[in-house]
Amino acid sequence: MELSLFPRDLFAELDRLQRQVQRAFEFSPSIRGFARGGFPALNVASTPQSVEIYGFAPGLEPKSIEVQLERGVLSIAGERKSALPDARQPATVHVNERFAGRFHRVITLSDDLDPNEVRAAYRDGVLHISIKRLESAQPRRINVN
Amino acid sequence: MNEQTAVTRSDQAAMDQPALLPPVDVVEDDSGITLYADLPGVPKDRLSVQADAETLIIDGEMALEMPKELEATHVEVNLPRYRRVFSLSKELDPAKLSAELKNGVLTLRIQKAERAKPRRIQVTG
Repeated sequence: MELSLFPRDLFAELDRLQRQVQRAFEFSPSIRGFARGGFPALNVASTPQSVEIYGFAPGLEPKSIEVQLERGVLSIAGERKSALPDARQPATVHVNERFAGRFHRVITLSDDLDPNEVRAAYRDGVLHISIKRLESAQPRRINVN
Repeated sequence: MNEQTAVTRSDQAAMDQPALLPPVDVVEDDSGITLYADLPGVPKDRLSVQADAETLIIDGEMALEMPKELEATHVEVNLPRYRRVFSLSKELDPAKLSAELKNGVLTLRIQKAERAKPRRIQVTG
């Protein structure tokens, strides 16, 4: 259990507590680790033609983000540098909540996706990945004669 | 209704909406305080930073590009808004505040008032 020894901000502590409770009671967590609370936070949505993934990853260089799609498994990796001063500088850190360091998140998507039709864009700190479904998997209207 | 009340009302409406608590880092040095806040998805024109003598309010609304017929299948970020309120202490000068938003990270710098900067005190005797 992670505990900060010197709680400086009550709300930050409550937020941390809430995350821990959520983790502890999460129904059937994924085999690849906890489904929530990682960096970047992910939202996944789908349309009949595509799957849209939003990664909330602020403060990155777009070129440094590694996105891979292999057999329906999407992985997002990279590194976020800490904004905090190093120990030599005469500065005091009062609150430290933001993620820093290397990250790697993997999610399993459906297997009807076309690996050749992937678009990724980074805007305002959100990585938006759009993957088209395979032509053969898209719903089609069948004419009845 | 004059313009002033209209503004106050819309501010109040914004304050009543549920919002996410963005993670922040706060660092203090001799000349002031730097605050970093993660606000992914918020463009410059939807971010509001307000500071008076006592409080600092950061409020931002996301603007994500969404295709039609979108159906959520996995949601970790469940609100389109961030808000966080800090109380400021007296030695900070809200008039000397600069803000920069880049790649979803807000960097706020608040200078200390001139009289509050640390001085080396000469010890005699």
